[in-house]
Formats: sequence, C-alpha cells, structure tokens
Amino acid sequence: MAGPLAQFEIKPLLEIRLPEVLGGYDISFTNSALWMLLSISAVSFFLLVGIRKRESNAPGRWQGSVESCYEFIANLVNDNIGEEGRRFLPIIFTLFLFILFGNLLGMIPYSFTFTSHIIVTFAMALVVFIGVTLLGIFTHGLHFFSSFVPQGAPSVLVPFMIVIEIISYLSRPVSLSIRLFANMMAGHTMMKVFAGFVISLGAATFGIGAIAPLAMTVVLTGFEILVAFLQAYVFAVLTCLYINDALHLH
Amino acid sequence: MEAEAAKLIGAGLATIGVLGSGIGIGNVFSSLISSIARNPAARGEVFGLGMLGFALVEAVALFALLIAFLILFA
Repeated sequence: MAGPLAQFEIKPLLEIRLPEVLGGYDISFTNSALWMLLSISAVSFFLLVGIRKRESNAPGRWQGSVESCYEFIANLVNDNIGEEGRRFLPIIFTLFLFILFGNLLGMIPYSFTFTSHIIVTFAMALVVFIGVTLLGIFTHGLHFFSSFVPQGAPSVLVPFMIVIEIISYLSRPVSLSIRLFANMMAGHTMMKVFAGFVISLGAATFGIGAIAPLAMTVVLTGFEILVAFLQAYVFAVLTCLYINDALHLH
Repeated sequence: MEAEAAKLIGAGLATIGVLGSGIGIGNVFSSLISSIARNPAARGEVFGLGMLGFALVEAVALFALLIAFLILFA
C-alpha cells in the first residue's frame, strides 16, 4: 500500500526540458500543473455560467451562488480595507477562488492537492508580500518605513522594537504560506493514515475493527472540507489586513 | 543511541507543541460561547471572528506537526 505521503508526489505527465542554451531546466507539465489548470477551468466555468444571459430576469440558483460568493468577498474587502479597497477586490477574489477550488478539488479521491506544496503557496504569499510592500512605498513614499517604528514605546526599547517589527514583517509571507500548505498537507496525511487503519485493523479483526477508523475517516472528510474553505478565507482575510496596513499606516 | 530511534523520539517530542494550540482553541471557543450567550444578537458577527481565530490558532499546531513530519521523512 502507498505511504501517507505518496499522494503528494509530483509526476511529470509531459516531459519538457529547456535546451541547454536556456539553462536546461525541467519544465515538464506535471500533475500539479494539470490540477491548477482544472481549478482555473472550474472557477471560470462556475463564474461564466453564473453570469450568462438568461431568458427570464429572475436569477436562478447558480447565479445566486455566484453572486453570494462575490458579495462574501466584497463585504470582506469593504469591512477590512474600506471604500478604497474596492480596487483590490479582483486580486483578492481571484486568490480566494483559486485556493478554494484547489483545496476542494483536492478532496476528490485520487486527485492532487496543489495547495499542499509549499512552493505553490509560497509563490502566492510572495506575490501578496511584494505587492503590499510596493503599494505601501508608492502610497506613502519613504514615510512607509515609519510603520516599523512603534508609537508610544519607551525610547530605550525603540531600537529593539524596530528589529522585532522588521522580523515580524518579513515573516509574513512565510507564515501565510506555511499556514495554508501545512493545513492541507497535515489534513490529507491524517486522512490517509486513518484510511490505512481501516484496512490494517479490518484485516486483523475480520472487519469489526474497521468500523471506528471508517467513521473517523468520514468525520475527517467533512472536517477537511471545512478546512478547505476556512484556509481560503483566512488567506483572503490576511491579504486584506496586509493591504489595509500598507494603506493606513497606524 | 541509534539515529533512527533518536528520530522517532524527536518527532514525538515535536508534537508536544500541539499542547499550546489545544489551549488556544479552547480559549477561542470558550470566549465565543460566552460572548454569544451574553449577546445572542451578535452571533453572526462574532462567529466569523471566532472561525478566523480558530484557523489562526490551529495553524500554529500544524507548524509543530510539520517539524515532526520533517524529522520523520526528510
């Protein structure tokens, strides 16, 4: 039987190698890339079908779910950033739906969860981090760096506080990416471990021992779907908070 | 001590970090319950915040779990 970590293996589906002149990198089309494409297609399908022209004026269920999805993120952006946050709605909506569909598609048995790879989540977190830093610098100029100086702290402590603030600022992309990746990886590993118990305990006790781990697997599947949604939400919320920090310095 | 045994002990020790997150999640939900009990009208607003707090605290546990996995498999 495959080990609990075998599900995260990246397999090339289409071997592509750059010529030596360009560095000879391996840019194969992998199962990770395939599921990213599927996720994007699913999001596009979901949105495009929802907003297509209808014969009647009354919105149907599909359009309703697309609208409530949009409103959910629009409210989130409005609550966390305010009115000027509307121009960041597209990137946050895109990130949210991409992560959400990636997580949910990963719940299909035998599929691949691309958000369980740190390089994917780290790339997304780095985009957010660099974007937010540039946004802060372009909005406030050099005044942006005053956000590292805590207000109201005793002057003896200020040098230490600045160091701590800078470290905590730089650790943002790391914590943002590890949170999503570790949640998905740990959750899927745990499900696989319990699914393995179904077989090994069931074989040892003529099927009776399989009942408890099987029930646990069902519970974990429900929990993982909750986590899939929650982590996409947390990623979107934290992106909003970071943008808010850059726009309104203290 | 053999390296393999030390690895297993280390991975087991790394999971102790989950302790803190257990306390944290208990705290989040106890405050959530008591605030909803005091003001049931605020449920909609407070529930989202509680879920956010839960997700943030739970992630800390996963950092510890991640170290355990790294020790075991990397």
